[in-house]
Amino acid sequence: MAILKCEDLSFAYEGRQVLSDVNFTLSAGNYLCVVGENGSGKSTLIKGLLRLKSPESGKIIFGEGLKATEIGYLPQQTAMQKDFPASVYEVVLSGCLNSLGKRRWYNKDDKKKAMENMERMGIEDIKDKSYQSLSGGQQQRVLLARALCATKKLLLLDEPVTGLDPIATGEMYNLIKLVNLCDNITVIMVSHDIHEAVRYATHILHLGHRQLFFGTAAEYKESDLARRFLGGRV
Amino acid sequence: MTELINMFSYSFIQRAAVVGILVSLCAALLGVSLVLKRYSMIGDGLSHVGFGALAIAASLNLAPLAVAIPTVIIAAVFLLRLSQNSKIKGDAAIAIISSSALAIGVISVSVTTGMNTEISSYMFGSILSLSSSDAILSVILSAAVLCLFIIYYPRIFAVTFDESFSKATGTKTEIYNTLIAVLTAVTVVLGMRMMGALLISSLIIFPALSAMRVCRSFKSVVLCSAGISVFCFMLGLIASYFMETPTGASIVAADLVVFGIFSLIGRKK
Repeated sequence: MAILKCEDLSFAYEGRQVLSDVNFTLSAGNYLCVVGENGSGKSTLIKGLLRLKSPESGKIIFGEGLKATEIGYLPQQTAMQKDFPASVYEVVLSGCLNSLGKRRWYNKDDKKKAMENMERMGIEDIKDKSYQSLSGGQQQRVLLARALCATKKLLLLDEPVTGLDPIATGEMYNLIKLVNLCDNITVIMVSHDIHEAVRYATHILHLGHRQLFFGTAAEYKESDLARRFLGGRV
Repeated sequence: MTELINMFSYSFIQRAAVVGILVSLCAALLGVSLVLKRYSMIGDGLSHVGFGALAIAASLNLAPLAVAIPTVIIAAVFLLRLSQNSKIKGDAAIAIISSSALAIGVISVSVTTGMNTEISSYMFGSILSLSSSDAILSVILSAAVLCLFIIYYPRIFAVTFDESFSKATGTKTEIYNTLIAVLTAVTVVLGMRMMGALLISSLIIFPALSAMRVCRSFKSVVLCSAGISVFCFMLGLIASYFMETPTGASIVAADLVVFGIFSLIGRKK
């Protein structure tokens, strides 16, 4: 059963088409890496999936009872957040925003969920620390915990390892894979790092203003496209 | 001590104290969001628009608050839109609008009543300008601002910290941005009578900035800046009574001193 299906999807800015012919289907538990050069339409696709930008044509269909507002999104960090006074707990708890509904404040269940996700990410002992004082790797874990508060089914990660040192990068990839395998959460990740993408993901979507490739990571490694992109080192 | 009791026996001081405390609270709470969202200049721009509106109301003999509040609310929504998406960037847009509003206000006054003490009190503030009907309206409106801020606190935090995440989870961020802008507009107009158009923005910016020097969580920044704001207001009010200095300027001076102290403490940490 498909959790996400894109049919003939295309996007345009002010009449100029930036991405077209996107057709792919994901099943629950898949781990999709979206790769491509800068400006190839990766961010646009993410915005489309989050309903922040409406497609020019085509359809996005969510399955298995997933709602567009129940996607756990990990956006790229903004400069503003680097000096934002907020505790780790406050940031993680704000992930429960979509379960507020008509309520004004977070309840016990929300707070429990926030605690559980901090434990999952191994950040429960720094819960009262200030977000801005953390290392880049810790900050990303906080944002991942927040994203997990928002979803049970689908995580959408926009370049989650940008600016991290090699050790933190490895830890982040392992955490994401762990969530993917243990909790059967579908992962869609935008990445620059094509080598790591092939290593961790089950599926690859390669964009270049249109869909250049979609298939399993194994198939991708055999393709001409990958050979050119990976520079012969597979 | 008896002099202090003496001071608060005047009804205009009582009025000023009640309205001032409420407006300081509103300004401090909203200020945290505005400073963090890099919208500090909006408060300043709005106060100039408020001055223009008050000046026009004065020259046409209209009720000042009834004219100023809607005008400034419209300006606030407009400024917010401008800073989000337009060819003229936010800070330049604010500079244009605020100086134009000031110019229009000054012209409309000079062709009708001429520059009088009333106009100067709009510029630099005066606690005497607060009539009792103004005071009642101010209390009601600032209570409303406080309630709305508390009710929407979790959402205001989320939208301030990360707009794209909030949007992705289905929160209508535009509504909350507009809410913040409208509440700011109301606060600016209410505070302007006392602080003056040229000084009101410091009431919004200073407490938040001081609190951010030492506090590390959003909640503590909000609470601390509310405390600083009320403390500095009372200090400024009392100082202005005993030293016969202008009230608005005294409050800003108190805020400046507190900011200096908090910066030092923050550096030691």
